[in-house]
Amino acid sequence: MKVSFQWVAFHTIVAKEIRRFVRIWPQTLLPPAITMTLYFVIFGNLIGSRIGDMGGFDYMQFIVPGLVMMSVIQNSYGNVVSSFYSTKFQRSIEEMLVSPMSATTILLGYIAGGVARGLCVGVIVTLLSLFFTHLQVQHILVTVLVVLLTAVLFAIAGFINAIFANKFDDVAIIPTFVLTPLTYLGGVFYSIDLLPEFWRMVSLLNPVVYMVNVFRYGLLGVSDVNVVASLAAIVMFTGGLFFWALWLLKRGVGIRH
Amino acid sequence: MSAALVLRDVRKTYANGVEALKGISLEVQAGDFFALLGPNGAGKSTTIGIISSLVNSSGGSVEVFGYDLDRERVLAKQRVGVVPQEFNFNQFEKVFDILIAQAGFYGIPAAKAAERAEHYLRKLGLWDKRESQSRMLSGGMKRRLMIARALVHEPDLLILDEPTAGVDIELRRSMWDFLIELNQQGKTIILTTHYLEEAESLCRRIAIIDRGQIVENTDMKSLLEKLDVETFVLDLAAPLGEAPSLKGLEVRLRDARTLEVAVPKTRPLNDLFVALGEKGISVLSMRNKSNRLEELFLRLVERNLPAGGGA
Ligand SMILES: Nc1ncnc2c1ncn2[C@@H]1O[C@H](COP(=O)(O)OP(=O)(O)OP(=O)(O)O)[C@@H](O)[C@H]1O
Ligand SMILES: [Mg+2]
Repeated sequence: MKVSFQWVAFHTIVAKEIRRFVRIWPQTLLPPAITMTLYFVIFGNLIGSRIGDMGGFDYMQFIVPGLVMMSVIQNSYGNVVSSFYSTKFQRSIEEMLVSPMSATTILLGYIAGGVARGLCVGVIVTLLSLFFTHLQVQHILVTVLVVLLTAVLFAIAGFINAIFANKFDDVAIIPTFVLTPLTYLGGVFYSIDLLPEFWRMVSLLNPVVYMVNVFRYGLLGVSDVNVVASLAAIVMFTGGLFFWALWLLKRGVGIRH
Repeated sequence: MSAALVLRDVRKTYANGVEALKGISLEVQAGDFFALLGPNGAGKSTTIGIISSLVNSSGGSVEVFGYDLDRERVLAKQRVGVVPQEFNFNQFEKVFDILIAQAGFYGIPAAKAAERAEHYLRKLGLWDKRESQSRMLSGGMKRRLMIARALVHEPDLLILDEPTAGVDIELRRSMWDFLIELNQQGKTIILTTHYLEEAESLCRRIAIIDRGQIVENTDMKSLLEKLDVETFVLDLAAPLGEAPSLKGLEVRLRDARTLEVAVPKTRPLNDLFVALGEKGISVLSMRNKSNRLEELFLRLVERNLPAGGGA
């Protein structure tokens, strides 16, 4: 009884979130398709043909997993941060707060919404990549698992960003100053084995490196890092963020006076 | 009779140090039509915010139909519907979708939600607007949409924070009729308003809150009986330079041709005219200064002013 009612509430949020990003597709689904196509053309085709091999694969094959991952990260994060912040800003969040829906349901609903957009864009970008290279999947389970975990992790991070945001600028700051550098330096475009030892060590502090590499392992079967340890770390990190977000939501930080 | 709402020593101090509620205790019986009155900033919305989980209380407890809001959250919340003072819609969401989503948050399955949404949109005259984005509605329509939204889970207790602010007279009357109908169907209703006529004509019981404290809590009839002085406005035939002194009556000259006189209810009105006659003042017309409740309200709030303070 109680479970089914929370389930209806969860379903309501997810449906609403999906409808939202589909309705505004020129802002949500189209830009990553265009950007990633440009990456494929410029880095993959034009420059890539001059680069030659990277990690034992031609450059195009090497960057596709990284670019897919980059889109998933940006879009699951972006969906939750902008949607949840705007419900806060417009105060329609009160519709949820007055209801008997639990904080866990609210959080899970937004995460699912973010994951849905992340995966949706991930699939679009993957399909586009087929115009430039052929796709192979070495370890399907690892591939699916790491994409899912990454989407969940960044959806939660977007949620936390929205909780602390007090103005629209705050919604752009983290993606610009944290997320973008982390992904660009996260081994999307190069194997971190190419870096001098010091910078290679520094790169290992970047969580995106693990996600991109595990994903690349899933597709191509090569990785700069230990796959099992990376997955374990991602799971732990995701769990930590989840409980932090839940605690913030229950306390009403940035939401209730 | 059982209590629909019990507040026990509810307190709120905002982060900026404002003590909005200084320990409010209140009991509203099931089936009642209750007015919560108070001047701007008295703490009405804060109280409603705590009942509806939009404001964290700093102390005290809230019970809805016997369910504690903290310990039996779900059971308590399912029974309350809230119409907030300020619009809080997603601007781009359509009217119909707003109701469906609200129903969903209460765990109502889609088919039933659609049925309820239609019912309440029709009831509130918004069915034609079901496909409009909420930002396209007029202020009065938004108020009605907030009422429809608060009813979609069919709560037993409906709390409305200034439901008729900015609503024209005709619409206000029809909203009153609708609220009376809901009350007759057994819903408990609590409303705040600045239109005292509204409280007087709708509500059976009334509490007055001022600076975070309840200063009066009684039924409307005995409250109105407490009013021991009535103020009259007299339009004079000839202008006066200053207020005349009429024995035992409080007199104020509003302008040269308008006089205000407060007459204790125990004194015959004849005394007033005898006194005016003695001064050679002739009166062209006379009316009550204000709605009775308004007068009482001002007196209660004035009495409550700290000694020597106040404006
Ligand atoms: N978010 C907030 N932060 C700080 N102080 C607040 C906040 N909300 C309300 N207050 C203060 O709390 C007090 C009570 O405000 P409240 O909104 O409850 O009054 P009200 O009785 O609803 O007034 P009105 O009739 O104007 O709606 C006021 O002094 C107000 O300034
Ligand atoms: Mg108010």
